[in-house]
Amino acid sequence: MTTFSDPPKASFRPSMLLSDTRYRSITFQVIALALLVTAIWYLGSNLAANLRAAGLNISFQFLGNPAGYDINQTLIPYTSQSSNLQAAWVGIINTLLVSFLACVTATIFGVIAGVLRLSNNWLVRKLMAGYVEIFRNIPVLIWILIIYTIMTAAMPAPSAFRGDDPASTMMLGSFAFTNRGVYIPGPVWGPGSMIVMATFVASVIGVFAYRRYATKLLYDTGRLLPMLWPSVAILLLPTIIMFFIMGMPIGLDYPALKGFNFRGGIQIGAPLIALWFALSIYTGAFIAENVRAGIQAVSRGQSEAAAALGLRPGRVMNLVVLPQALRVIIPPLISNYLNITKNSSLAILVGYADITATLGGITLNQTGRAIECVVLLMLFYLVISLGISMVMNVYNNATKLKER
Amino acid sequence: MSDTHAESIAFVRESSLPPAAPPDKVGGPLKWVKDNLFPTWANAILTLVALYFLYLLLAGSLPWLLNGVWSASSLSECREILDGASGACFSVLSERWHQLLFGFKYPSDQYWRPTLALVLLFLAAAPVLFIDLPRKMLLFTGLYPFLAFWLIWGGPIWGPIFALLGVVAGYIVYSRLVQKSFAMALAGGIVAAVIVWYVGGFIGEALRPASPLLEAIPSRDLGGFMLNMMLGITCVSLSLPIGIALALGRQSHLPIVKGICVVFIEFVRGVPLITLLFVANVMLAYFFPPGSGVDLFIRVVIMITMFSSAYIAEVIRGGLAALPKGQYEAADSLGLDYAQAMRLIILPQAMKISIPGIVNIAVGLFKDTTLVSVISLFDIIGMIRGPILASTDWNGVYWELFMFASLLFFIVCYGISQYSQWLERRLATDHR
Repeated sequence: MTTFSDPPKASFRPSMLLSDTRYRSITFQVIALALLVTAIWYLGSNLAANLRAAGLNISFQFLGNPAGYDINQTLIPYTSQSSNLQAAWVGIINTLLVSFLACVTATIFGVIAGVLRLSNNWLVRKLMAGYVEIFRNIPVLIWILIIYTIMTAAMPAPSAFRGDDPASTMMLGSFAFTNRGVYIPGPVWGPGSMIVMATFVASVIGVFAYRRYATKLLYDTGRLLPMLWPSVAILLLPTIIMFFIMGMPIGLDYPALKGFNFRGGIQIGAPLIALWFALSIYTGAFIAENVRAGIQAVSRGQSEAAAALGLRPGRVMNLVVLPQALRVIIPPLISNYLNITKNSSLAILVGYADITATLGGITLNQTGRAIECVVLLMLFYLVISLGISMVMNVYNNATKLKER
Repeated sequence: MSDTHAESIAFVRESSLPPAAPPDKVGGPLKWVKDNLFPTWANAILTLVALYFLYLLLAGSLPWLLNGVWSASSLSECREILDGASGACFSVLSERWHQLLFGFKYPSDQYWRPTLALVLLFLAAAPVLFIDLPRKMLLFTGLYPFLAFWLIWGGPIWGPIFALLGVVAGYIVYSRLVQKSFAMALAGGIVAAVIVWYVGGFIGEALRPASPLLEAIPSRDLGGFMLNMMLGITCVSLSLPIGIALALGRQSHLPIVKGICVVFIEFVRGVPLITLLFVANVMLAYFFPPGSGVDLFIRVVIMITMFSSAYIAEVIRGGLAALPKGQYEAADSLGLDYAQAMRLIILPQAMKISIPGIVNIAVGLFKDTTLVSVISLFDIIGMIRGPILASTDWNGVYWELFMFASLLFFIVCYGISQYSQWLERRLATDHR
């Protein structure tokens, strides 16, 4: 027989605040809250006293004032008469640009190196291990400086391309590598080019629709439609036909040496290239390790089982190995993307006008609004980071192993 | 079976033949080369491409490296010696050696002090890193921070001594009370330490000698690779306990404590270190009492410690989450309270799981200490970009300097990661 003892009915005593687990948690939380409030109050009163002593105040008025400095790379309209806010927007767009470019190339580098690290070729394996170890163990800041130095000190000046027997020539007649940056041909949008682009966008949607339809057909009826060639055809043919129907509205503008510099085409400045390349090759080494770990995490039995079911090697990879490996690869990959975005703030070293260099650099120094600038800067990065981690959580929940 | 043929076999060998050498095609170096470098056509092409790439790399760098000039006093002199040949000007390293290691303001007759501190660091770190060493050595590890502080900054010896006394007093109070309640012991220890520090401040002021044994050196005079090492070691060791506390806070069931920890961790992890350094540089001074004048080094240490403790907290949280629930339940069923369960059961295991992650964070943090050059502290990168490359003698010697800095970081970071792999094997208790 079990006898249930009554729960203690003793009335509340102050000593229970420490000894009884029911009340102790409340005690600790009250203490924590009190400490927090005290800390905030202490720091806040110090801040107020210091600001009063320095004759400063917190105000975001300066954002509307003219910035008064030039920015070498602007993707949106900007002059030195534009406001500080506009300069910050230029910086934000530049940050996003270099982060996006570096994410794409870092993924390419990382996947190639990660797959090659598992190659059965001894030499290639060792070379890739060397790449990963060297780039992971040396600060990205040094890599940015080294690549920036290569861009500015080792590349020829535009004047080297001058004359009948120039010291340097343009690659393929259209790419010029100079110490002011790389010049590449840029597109020229003629009348009707919008229609061509719209056709292209429609074709991309068409490809997805076709693949969905083919998969559905496969699951419903077991009929297997060819995937690769129809996709390529849907993607390219309508656009090419439309391009010629509209009378070739999109042309290329080649860079050419005029005066002291190249004109025409697109100039990719040396700072952007240094930052882009350094971030992608540095982060690529980390991604390579993720990719390797992800592929190794799929046990051999999985691919053997798939082969035993009669799947061809391509399908084994696509349907069995990759979905499982991606579950391991994607979360660290996304946090690497986050690292790229945060490391892009090192742009200030090479004079690339990202948000840290405009808002946190020149604007801060010119207006002296240190607190406001740094707070806005942190807010921007915080929004980006939290946004990316939200995407990651959604992905993690979607691919979580459904366990009971 | 053997009986069946006992009469039909005339001869049975009683000892085994020595093994014959395998045929050439299934063993030896040729076989290895064929299997590992040229198994298929595609692989052979890959090998050739890799060999060509290696050739390009070595052909480009070897003459430059081997033909290096080690004894010239300026770049122009170095170019004269080279006389148009390809070669490195390593003389910048030999001439600016001390600047690269100690910065350009540290008094040159005092270089022995940071050097001694570095040597002692190995002695102090040894018992922490290698658990087979005698535990008595940990006493020296405990003394080391105060000793190193005194060696590097100099000044009156009473500061470090009273700091040490405070810690000792706190520890004594803690160990007396810890049997009764961990929380009370911790609070008592902190109070005792603060009292000793407070009193010691007055006594130290009274005892201040006219000329201290070691010349006082302000922290703005620190620089070079020494600064990177100091920031890295200080911030990692400070952020470990804070990281543990944050991780436990984030795991706890108390909503307010958990909320504070989550907001702190997510905020710090969401912003780049460089913005935190901006805070240290331009903003943090506003949060101290007016006129306190906390110097830049300490402000940077505060911000980097905040930064790394958030990351370490996340790693340890991963370790805590990876522990089977049974461990928590077992600790509960033994009747241990929260502090005992954490100290005796949960944390030792969780920390073991977290070692690779913590080492990764430490390596990353050590590399990130170069960022302080952005806020005009003269660490090794700051020295290279500032005083050395700006000087007329060495304007234009990029590669040698960057290579030297890379080499230093590579040695330290690679060494740490090799150590962590060794430790993982050493601590592996599962039977695999």
